[in-house]
Amino acid sequence: MSIDLQTVKKIASLSRISVTDAEAEAMVPELNNILGWVEQLGEVDVTGVEPMTAVIPNKLRLREDAVTDGNVRERVLANAPQAEHGFFAVPKVIE
Amino acid sequence: MSNLTDLTVAEIRDGFRGGDFSAREVAEAFNANVAAAKALNAFIVETPEKALEAADAADKAKAAGEALKPLSGVPIGMKDLFCTEGVQTTAASHMLEGFTPTYESTVSKKLWDAGAGMLGKLNLDQFAMGSSNETSYFGNVISPWRRGGGDNAALAPGGSSGGSSAAISARLCPAATGTDTGGSIRQPAAFTGISGIKPTYGRCSRWGVVAFASSLDQAGPMARIVRDNAILLETMAGFDPKDSTSLDLAVPQWEAGLSSDLRGKKVGIPKEYRPDGLNAEISAMWDRGIAWLKDAGAEVVEVSLPHTKYALPTYYIIAPAEASSNLARYDGVRYGQRDLPDGAGLQDMYAATRAAGFGPEVKRRIMIGTYVLSAGFYDAYYTQAQKVRALIARDFELAFEKCDLLLTPTAPSASFALGEKQADPLAMYLNDVFTVPASLAGLPAMAVPGGLDGQGLPLGLQIIGRALDEQTVLNAGLAIEERAGFTARPEKWW
Repeated sequence: MSIDLQTVKKIASLSRISVTDAEAEAMVPELNNILGWVEQLGEVDVTGVEPMTAVIPNKLRLREDAVTDGNVRERVLANAPQAEHGFFAVPKVIE
Repeated sequence: MSNLTDLTVAEIRDGFRGGDFSAREVAEAFNANVAAAKALNAFIVETPEKALEAADAADKAKAAGEALKPLSGVPIGMKDLFCTEGVQTTAASHMLEGFTPTYESTVSKKLWDAGAGMLGKLNLDQFAMGSSNETSYFGNVISPWRRGGGDNAALAPGGSSGGSSAAISARLCPAATGTDTGGSIRQPAAFTGISGIKPTYGRCSRWGVVAFASSLDQAGPMARIVRDNAILLETMAGFDPKDSTSLDLAVPQWEAGLSSDLRGKKVGIPKEYRPDGLNAEISAMWDRGIAWLKDAGAEVVEVSLPHTKYALPTYYIIAPAEASSNLARYDGVRYGQRDLPDGAGLQDMYAATRAAGFGPEVKRRIMIGTYVLSAGFYDAYYTQAQKVRALIARDFELAFEKCDLLLTPTAPSASFALGEKQADPLAMYLNDVFTVPASLAGLPAMAVPGGLDGQGLPLGLQIIGRALDEQTVLNAGLAIEERAGFTARPEKWW
């Protein structure tokens, strides 16, 4: 299957990356080349094969449900582009 | 006294302990080399004061007769993908320009706790996505190597750990950290005539390492010799409760276990790694490697890894899928850059921030990943890739019933000129054809130099081992190192 300009714009929107029309047009052949190439995987017979979920068999651990961290607000906010009154600040979300 | 910057990690460690030189002398010598090598652009941030601080602590401890640490007196380079407290960490991106972590990655912390000092943060491909170090926001790293015959074309140091590979081969640091998702330690090591090992997935904690593709990302050391890799890996590896995929296993004493006697070991030669049209010099290098391992006592057997040709397309679904998810965190809210156009709302801010903060290759991979995970395509692409990945891992399991390790070339060519492959993303992806399969299967794999090609550029050999059997990988690496007698080094032009 090949993707068109509309699809590229939709992917960009889902990816939260703004693209100009010219950028989106340039991406159509690029992404089609890559997707056309990975489509060869369709020819592999995977009957009865379970998708891999863990590279090395490793049981996920559980730990005691206890507080192990905290009281680091200033450190958490230290790299924020905009922090006010101990919060991350963002542009207005609701008018 | 020989030039301090020509010494290996083991020689620095032992020479410092033996009183041949002070840790400060070593740190000053490497600091001077770093400062004089701007033309290579291997470092994003230089931290000579950190190297001196660790050196002074080592000298003081020694003078006071205190017990020395495993890496006391040894300065190293840190790939700028590891978060370092108080020192800018960018993943070579504009997105994280100015980001100064308030915490230290587990792997870097282990190295500092072991006495190592930091010479600086090493350049890389942006978010570790690339094979030539041409995607860094902070400019290309230039390989110290040049083709013979007066050809001064700037060559790729490999990627993504290209700052690490360039710095080690140019003697700016005796060793460095790398990370490897699909070959990012091994391919740059091969391009610059050094060694590097990607351990078994889960050996080194991923905590505090800027994430690319979490089921593949694995940290490892890079250095000029195999012994140095064993020394560093012992410090870097180990269980970390902060990484859910960290293996809760004791760290073997790899350095003490080093032995180039391979009697009783079987080396598998996967026939699928010798496709029609394989570069003749790569093929000849591989044959020499086979002969060296035989000479070390190993028995050689042919094996088959039938799904090898599907490894790269599998990787280029799984890695971008995981990247699109991991890089969703860069939203211009919590850290990193924010781009807020006039009158923009929250959604516009996300899109503008990510458009300005990511380079073209990173955007390409995020978008591929978003597409293969999107409704209607998930099963056809992502689930299918995870199934093929299981088959690739099974190929290795079956092969390891017949042998103890595998020997292959590291990369399909020697280093190429910067700009030569940039126009075609697919041509660039093919660099990782020999390294990606072991990444998909989570296996330990190492690159060691084998010799020079006709242009005078290094070529590497790759050893792949069973899960958790880094020792056999290192031992085979040592056997090759002893027989290859690789002493070539780039002639200084920078």
